[in-house]
Amino acid sequence: MTTTHPGGPGEHPGEHHHAVPPWRDVRVLGVAAQVAVLLAVGIGVAFLVNNLVSAMAERNLSFGFGFLEQRAGFGIGESPVPYDPNDSYGQAFLVGLLNTLFVSVLGIVLATVLGVVVGVARLSPNWLLRRIASAYVEVIRNTPLLLQLFVIYFVVLVQLPPVQDSLSLGGALFLNQRGLFVPAPLRSPTFLPWFGIVLGAILVFLVARAAARRRERAGHGRYPVGRVALLAVPALAVVAWLLLPEAPFQFDIPVAGRFNFTGGLALSTAFTAILLGLVLYTAGFIAEVVRGGIQAVRRGQVEAAHALGLSDGDTLRLVVFPQALRIIVPPLTSQYLNLAKNSSLAIAVGYPDLFKVGTTMSNQTGQPVSVIALVMATYLAISLATSLLMNLYNRRVQVLER
Amino acid sequence: MRRSLVTLVPILALAIVLAACGETAPSQPASSADGSAPAASADATPPPTGDGRLALIRSRGNLICGVNDGLPGFGFIDEGGENAGFDVDYCRAIAAAVFGDPEAVEFRPVSADNRPTALQGGEVDVLIRNTTWTVSRDSAWGLFAPTTFYDGQGMMVRSADGIATLEDLEGATICVQTGTTTELNLADVFEARGIDAEPLPFGDDTQTYQAYDDGQCDAVTSDRSQLLAQRTALSNPDDHVILDEVMSKEPLGPVVPLGDEGWFNVVKWVVFATFEAEEQGITQANVADMAASSDNPVVQRLLGAANPELGQGLGLEPDWAVDVISAVGNYGEIYDRHLGPGTPFELERGPNALWTDGGLIYAPPYR
Repeated sequence: MTTTHPGGPGEHPGEHHHAVPPWRDVRVLGVAAQVAVLLAVGIGVAFLVNNLVSAMAERNLSFGFGFLEQRAGFGIGESPVPYDPNDSYGQAFLVGLLNTLFVSVLGIVLATVLGVVVGVARLSPNWLLRRIASAYVEVIRNTPLLLQLFVIYFVVLVQLPPVQDSLSLGGALFLNQRGLFVPAPLRSPTFLPWFGIVLGAILVFLVARAAARRRERAGHGRYPVGRVALLAVPALAVVAWLLLPEAPFQFDIPVAGRFNFTGGLALSTAFTAILLGLVLYTAGFIAEVVRGGIQAVRRGQVEAAHALGLSDGDTLRLVVFPQALRIIVPPLTSQYLNLAKNSSLAIAVGYPDLFKVGTTMSNQTGQPVSVIALVMATYLAISLATSLLMNLYNRRVQVLER
Repeated sequence: MRRSLVTLVPILALAIVLAACGETAPSQPASSADGSAPAASADATPPPTGDGRLALIRSRGNLICGVNDGLPGFGFIDEGGENAGFDVDYCRAIAAAVFGDPEAVEFRPVSADNRPTALQGGEVDVLIRNTTWTVSRDSAWGLFAPTTFYDGQGMMVRSADGIATLEDLEGATICVQTGTTTELNLADVFEARGIDAEPLPFGDDTQTYQAYDDGQCDAVTSDRSQLLAQRTALSNPDDHVILDEVMSKEPLGPVVPLGDEGWFNVVKWVVFATFEAEEQGITQANVADMAASSDNPVVQRLLGAANPELGQGLGLEPDWAVDVISAVGNYGEIYDRHLGPGTPFELERGPNALWTDGGLIYAPPYR
């Protein structure tokens, strides 16, 4: 376009009788527009920063992160790392961050599984399954997440029996309105049984890879890797167990206390509610992404796979999905980012996430600008890291241009 | 040509944004009042300074009062859909002092979490939302006017659980609202006494008490008056008791944004006027008569019959206190109307009695 355009200034001076004036020259206008945008953005940012600085000065607010060293003074109910009110705000923030990461990572994994299942179900030839999946997607996508969280927490989970009447499974597993309490494995005196499990897993992985390679070369014969793994791993653990004089696995079994169960692993209602909310909500969107991706694979591919004698499952796994992934991954990344950011609604159901801790910090220290900046930077870092990983994955699944 | 058009769009968008900023900027408290204040207050008593918040409120035509909308007795929405309560009446009292009209108030619901930003950003002229006075809040949030309600933190539990002291709460889960002094006191007191209990935080009154009512926690902690008020809204109020132990001092009162002593004085003295009126026996019913015929010099000064310069010193009309008392009544009347006998709370005056009755309610001399 540019090369054939009649007349930038100085270009082929002799051929044009009247040179285009600069205010009508596309290139000049283009450069001018970019300079203007840059200036406008610069002025806008400067205005906002100036406004912030002067407003903060006027109200005697300072900007800084010195408070991170100070004693937090508030308790946090759920924490993956040791924390008590005597710890610093920095430590409290870390607890919030870990809680957010915990619920986000677990949420992303579960939402992906559920989303793929629902997405495939929406295309199922089974009428009922298809309808159920569609209804699920429509209801979930068209109601606010906060509302769903309230329903899950205040309508569903609190209707479970109170602590005194907990549902119990074998006297080791307890479910009540405060949460799910399961036995926690104590650290074994020796690492042998764990070693057995890890060894088993590695072995299964190697066998599966060898089998896949062999099959690719031979074009037939498949080992029932899944079934073998199911048998082999526990078998190895049991062998290791028998080699030991005493029981290697000891469990910390939850015990009913005066108010609640102690010991074991507790999955609190607050955590369950936010996790369930995020998973159900995001899965609705992921299902649509998956459905779109699958439908974008041309029908001929499925027909060809069937003609080659592949089963429905193999067609989906080996032919449709690898091609659909190219379309699915970029929008899937957005859904992951949404899930991580939506986890900031956790306080609605009493889960102390990053945002909750940030709000309390901002409130107690009276330094909202610093705290909000910190929280924003943290969410930004989480999102960018997620994007980076997903982009790396995306590069792998894209078609190699030949 | 298409290329330059495409680049023009963001410029236009930016221009619009900047123009919008330019429009809103003058409505900031500091700059806007310069232009409009003299005109608006020309016929009224001249304010002590031309660019303070009082002038801004006058030119705006109403008072923006940050309130609670979910705490029965103090700040809530009544059956008629109106803001009502002890704290809300103080908003009306201030509006009456400034405008002579107790209805010239815009109520802004503010959550416990949002209080500091509402004050620091100057979004509210005054925050009257059961807010505890502390030194850090005094320097970071705003200026605290005199305490209107002396409270202390309490603990509400189910009577069936047989809890008598805080020590009995070892291992319990305790619902608490985030962004409150309550959250900090809970950690302090339990730490000091070596009690191990787990806080379950919520961002909002309604959810905090809903979770307690549903059995998500064994106890809920807050200011005692708040517990009393919220207990009335539980599904079976009689199944719950408030422990006798008082965990902290919670002086609650109005707060104004930092940096405007003139406006701070107005709020401060509206509160004192309600104290003084009770002490002098001035009530909503007799205030007009008292203003016209009382020969008590203290009453005459307060109601503006003598020494009109006292009101003018605050930037108000000489008879501003008459407007306040006829709008909401004296301190005792406000208290009884919302919290006293005849209300579901039936709160004793306790420390909130007049100093002459052995309480803490005391106003400096109005002279």
